[in-house]
Amino acid sequence: MTKIKQFIHSFGWPRIIIGLFLLSLFIIAPFVGINVSTSLSDTIVRFGMNGIMVLAMVPMIHSGCGLNFGLPLGIIAGLLGGTLSIEFNFVGNVSFLMAILLSTPFAVILGWGYGKLLNRVKGSEMMIATYVGFSSVAFMCIMWLLLPYNHPSMVWGYAGTGLRTTISTEGYYWHVLSNFLKFGIGDHFTFPTGMILFFALIAFLMWAFLHTKKGTAMTAVGSNPVFARASGINIDKIRTLSVIMSTWLGAIGILVYQQSFGFIQLYMGPFYMALPAVSAILIGGASVNKATILNVVVGTLLFQGILTMTPSVMNSIIHTDMSEVIRIIVSNGMILYALTRKSEATR
Amino acid sequence: MVDTSAPLLEMRNISKDFFGNQVLTDVSFSLHKGEILGLVGENGAGKSTLMNILFGMDVIQLTGGYEGEMLVDGKIVDYTSSFDAIADGIGMVHQEFSLLPDFTVAENILLNREPEKYSFISEVFGERLNSLDRNSMNEKSKKAIGKLGVAINSSMLVGRMPVGHKQFTEIARELSKESTRILVLDEPTAVLTEQEASILLSAVRSLANEGIAIIFISHRLQEIIDVCDTVLIMRDGKIVKNEKAQDLTIAQIARWMVGREVTHHADRRSFDYEHSSVMLSIKNLWVDMPGETVRNVSLDVHKGEIIGIGGLAGQGKLGIPNGAMGLFTAGGSITFEGKEIALNEPRRFLDAGMAFVSEDRRGVGLLLDESLDWNISFAAMQVNDKFLKKYLNGMLMWRDEKQIQAVAQQYIDALEIKCTSYRQKAKELSGGNQQKICLAKAFALTPKLLFVSEPTRGIDIGAKSLVLQALRDYNEKSGTTIVMISSELEELRAICDRIAIVTDGRISGILPAETPSEDFGLLMVSKRGNTEEKPA
Repeated sequence: MTKIKQFIHSFGWPRIIIGLFLLSLFIIAPFVGINVSTSLSDTIVRFGMNGIMVLAMVPMIHSGCGLNFGLPLGIIAGLLGGTLSIEFNFVGNVSFLMAILLSTPFAVILGWGYGKLLNRVKGSEMMIATYVGFSSVAFMCIMWLLLPYNHPSMVWGYAGTGLRTTISTEGYYWHVLSNFLKFGIGDHFTFPTGMILFFALIAFLMWAFLHTKKGTAMTAVGSNPVFARASGINIDKIRTLSVIMSTWLGAIGILVYQQSFGFIQLYMGPFYMALPAVSAILIGGASVNKATILNVVVGTLLFQGILTMTPSVMNSIIHTDMSEVIRIIVSNGMILYALTRKSEATR
Repeated sequence: MVDTSAPLLEMRNISKDFFGNQVLTDVSFSLHKGEILGLVGENGAGKSTLMNILFGMDVIQLTGGYEGEMLVDGKIVDYTSSFDAIADGIGMVHQEFSLLPDFTVAENILLNREPEKYSFISEVFGERLNSLDRNSMNEKSKKAIGKLGVAINSSMLVGRMPVGHKQFTEIARELSKESTRILVLDEPTAVLTEQEASILLSAVRSLANEGIAIIFISHRLQEIIDVCDTVLIMRDGKIVKNEKAQDLTIAQIARWMVGREVTHHADRRSFDYEHSSVMLSIKNLWVDMPGETVRNVSLDVHKGEIIGIGGLAGQGKLGIPNGAMGLFTAGGSITFEGKEIALNEPRRFLDAGMAFVSEDRRGVGLLLDESLDWNISFAAMQVNDKFLKKYLNGMLMWRDEKQIQAVAQQYIDALEIKCTSYRQKAKELSGGNQQKICLAKAFALTPKLLFVSEPTRGIDIGAKSLVLQALRDYNEKSGTTIVMISSELEELRAICDRIAIVTDGRISGILPAETPSEDFGLLMVSKRGNTEEKPA
């Protein structure tokens, strides 16, 4: 009994409640005519698509910069990498690799500037980060039109210049990870082995980093910056490093998302990308200054699971196509819920 | 003035446990009108719990109430919340300030009890829209402050005041409640300078003369003897002694508190610092540390000695180590082992082989939310590259958990740190054990020179002597030079070889530790006539 209590305490009631809710959705599903294997498969795919963007929250939480509401900045670096890779006519696996390589310098430079900015506004990072995200998206709305892209599969057909709002990744890096070693069980369940492995790899690297000297310093900076300073740590440098890492993970994250989703979404695409990632990690049990890889995995699974299951189950129950409306209600409800749990976890 | 009739407050056989952990056993005492009752005991002896019961704090109710009975004015009472206790005339001044920094003194004192003015708006909308009667607020608060015998401007913002004045404001708030009959002061002098403390003590006396019964909690035993009528000594949740104060000595009280002989004075030693080389040379140091400004300090520290830096609060003694380390903006020059150390860069200070144990344990000294092994090993890991496994020619430096845990366990044993294990979080330890963790952190750096700032602030007398002994041992065993900053002169005299006194941001004199206290006292209050220009 005490063991159960301990488990509940360490795992946290919010996760248990959400977990039970998710479980009940899976139990109801077959009775309203939904294929459980398809749903499971969808959940896993969504987990793989979003996992790295959730992981991107970790370094900044550790260094005390709070939740990275400026994730769109990282996503923009990823979009630049992806579009440039196509522009330079790389195809197949190479195009994905090149997308990562090309987005890296953008992520580093943007992250560096973003980090410098956050060092000047210590104490209100999250507020500033939100607006960094929003304004960078707005700025790029102009740039997507003006930048001299001219690859026919990406530009507006009638003008020959300016990027389209959605660009297909088919023929470039579509499913390069998802199809790697993928296997199916039955007709409806496919497991995107490559994508999950890729997430596992990045998550492992993150975990490993947090066990190094630098990573330990990062955790200490987040835990008590004055202590870290008195131990000879250059706080600003560590914080900047964490922001660069977070931005880069955002870039990688969106590329993984696109390879599975099949489209590059430009313009307002990145605008609301930060919130689901923020909510997922909060639901996973992280607080504003503490997060583990386990929080990322649990949070992403629960958040994406609910997001996959609720609309389809509800739809089948009420027999009208309300999926989009329900999806919006559920996702924003979860975000709201997660943000209200924020203070609880800090204590 | 002690009234010998029926007691105002009586506690009979109070017992209390927190989930099976007995913290109070069979505590009985009585308090008369106008009596000052000193309550002393080590941290964790049960003083706070006893006061929480008296004040009807939620935590008592939430953990299952208490056994025994409490009588106020001969009637059995059972407070279910602090509001009941306040209504019954019990006032409490907490150790932590519960003041609103952006409100003025008068507003703080009369918060939620403000005298109000009736106007036509309140005629329409009800009494909630009465306006505040500022004049009578000022008068009332002035009267309350006046009772304490200090001059505090009642229209000043609390956030801008020195800590001493905040403490007075808090006491004034309790006094302004006319019904206050019993006043609990929880370590009211801990943050005060000696002059302020003596003002406070005389104020306490005059309050008692007016018939208010006072429970006075303090770690400063001399105060207890000076001001109290009776002294209640607690140890492990029991009252071990209940004595008249006038016949007591500090040594007696200390012995009863810890239940063992306290050797407060380690054997004084003679250390010939003049024949050892100068290790650290501070020249014309100025430090911009709020409240502890250092104006112009030059000081030579010799290899192997323990040098004390003393002085009254606010004179700048704390600024010296904080500035030398670079935690606050500083200027001047510091030469360590012949090499000049750049100021304002903590890393340089640490790399040179110096370490600093801050007076601000919770703010600077500890990672409160992390485990003890992290706290102990972190600085040494970052500065000396200890406790790391190195791969690829040092490109990859991996935390070596085994070594970290081993070193933490080693210091936990050596310094007798009370904790469940090295996995416990630092914030869960008591003040004395937290201080030991801070020392362990500094020792793990194996410094050649160690600055220790206020190592015994806020810790009880038993832990105090252990900490001082640990410092002395460390100095003798590993030959580490120690610069110890403390506001307690006796403590400095106990373990230092010589003591520098800081007055007004300058060193007003350095004397050997065996010099009588009076001479140090004179140095502390001396204002130097030939004021030097403050260097830019």
